[in-house]
Amino acid sequence: MGSSNHRAAVDDAERAAATAASESYGRLVALLASSTRDVAAAEDALADAFEAALRTWPDQGVPTAPDAWLLTTARRKLIDAGRRAQTADRAEPSLALLLEELASADRDSRFPDKRLELLFVCAHPAIDVRIRTPLMLQTVLGLDAKRMAGAFLVAPATLSQRLVRAKHKIRDAGIRFRIPEPDELPERLDAVLEAIYGGYTAGRSTAAAGDDHRRGQVATEAVRLARLMVELLPDHPEALGLLAVILYTEARRDAGRDPEGRFIPLTEQDTGRWSADLRAEGDAAVRRAAAAGYLGPFGIEANIQAAHMARAETGATDWRTIRGLYDTLLLISPTIGARVAAAAAALEADGPAAALDRLNGIEADDAAVTARYQPWWAVRAHALQRLGDPEALAAFDRAAGMTDDPAIRAWLLERAATSSADRA
Amino acid sequence: MKYVLLAFETEDAYAARTDPDRADAYWGAWSAFGAALAEAGVTEGGAAVQPPGTATAVRLEDGERQVQDGPYPDTKEQLGGWFIIDVPDLDAALDWAAKCPSSSDGGTEVRPLLEM
Repeated sequence: MGSSNHRAAVDDAERAAATAASESYGRLVALLASSTRDVAAAEDALADAFEAALRTWPDQGVPTAPDAWLLTTARRKLIDAGRRAQTADRAEPSLALLLEELASADRDSRFPDKRLELLFVCAHPAIDVRIRTPLMLQTVLGLDAKRMAGAFLVAPATLSQRLVRAKHKIRDAGIRFRIPEPDELPERLDAVLEAIYGGYTAGRSTAAAGDDHRRGQVATEAVRLARLMVELLPDHPEALGLLAVILYTEARRDAGRDPEGRFIPLTEQDTGRWSADLRAEGDAAVRRAAAAGYLGPFGIEANIQAAHMARAETGATDWRTIRGLYDTLLLISPTIGARVAAAAAALEADGPAAALDRLNGIEADDAAVTARYQPWWAVRAHALQRLGDPEALAAFDRAAGMTDDPAIRAWLLERAATSSADRA
Repeated sequence: MKYVLLAFETEDAYAARTDPDRADAYWGAWSAFGAALAEAGVTEGGAAVQPPGTATAVRLEDGERQVQDGPYPDTKEQLGGWFIIDVPDLDAALDWAAKCPSSSDGGTEVRPLLEM
């Protein structure tokens, strides 16, 4: 009887700790690190607090406010560690600052949310661009390097090392936990959103190493970050735009492969296989972004994806609208990706000659980049094929040779085969 | 926090120091920057150094003194001088670095000082 009671108490403690970890981890790390800028010390203190919780909660019962208990315990660990460091290394951030912050947090029973500040710190221009996404996933959501490494195409040890280095830089270089001023916000926010989007695509990339489950986890966590940005910066059109882009992509994920794993291009997907729930959430984000009155790159991209999704009702894709949206995007963000995507839309809206004109224009600007840019070759191959140009074959080959996704490679080679069959 | 702004200059910038046509503009930019730092009350001193041709590198190898002509290391941009500033955080230091004349011709490295 006694032992089964104890078993239940242990279960309760573990459940409460797991809930706190999934719901409050980032809030606690952000708050603990915000005054000292020492993210690694905050994570260590919080890990110690969780350990203490699992040790004491089964006997003493789960506290009424587990988050507050964890915060108080972690603070004490931080102060102890700070005292030790203070004597060992005077370069450590001031202990007085920490004590002051804790005193103010004590007065405020609802502890402040510093996650947005933490996200801006992680995507600060002084932080190596390659480590920003893993750093956000780790500090805000608690993902460990082992789980993330495959998605980012690095060895776990390398990733761990880079994370440690980035945290040292935040602490030692004086990157402050703050929301950027209005004049610097667009650029700084863009870095945060880009990092979240990068995490999503890394998690969904079939080229990345590791098992599907782990990679999928990185993508799922990136979706959480996108939702969190909307929560932290309500009604910001770019945060809403990013969320919509990711949700639409998620909504179509299953429809992009047949049961044998073969690639199905967007325009040939069975719209019945798109997730209605994710699409509805994406549509709601697009509507809220439109209410803000202006659109940035992610907002426009969201509208492009929304136009693709509309095929579920209309049965046809409105390519003129999509091409128009890409041309708007090019005015503010003329990246090679957007230019090639605009050419692909022009292929459907205006025909192959117009598409080739655009592709030639991109090549004239930077032939060295187009030569190794896979989508440029794929769109070119399709345009040439429409014209019945035999050069299409070589272009399909180039495009197939440059993709890292075996399903897309097989699909491109199949297309090339129909091209030569047409001619025969 | 205290930071040092390390001004790295190109060969051309060094040439401008003594070029009669450009020296005024060159030194004018530096003194304006120094004045702006002083006016903001963030400056903690600084210095300019003579061109890399005046540099001598010293190292001990197995206790033997090795003296070599030239700067260490020999790169395209060379240290021309530095400012020490006291500002609240890295962003403030980066804002000052962006205004440093070496940032438009060469580069400026920002490093927190080790507090002792």
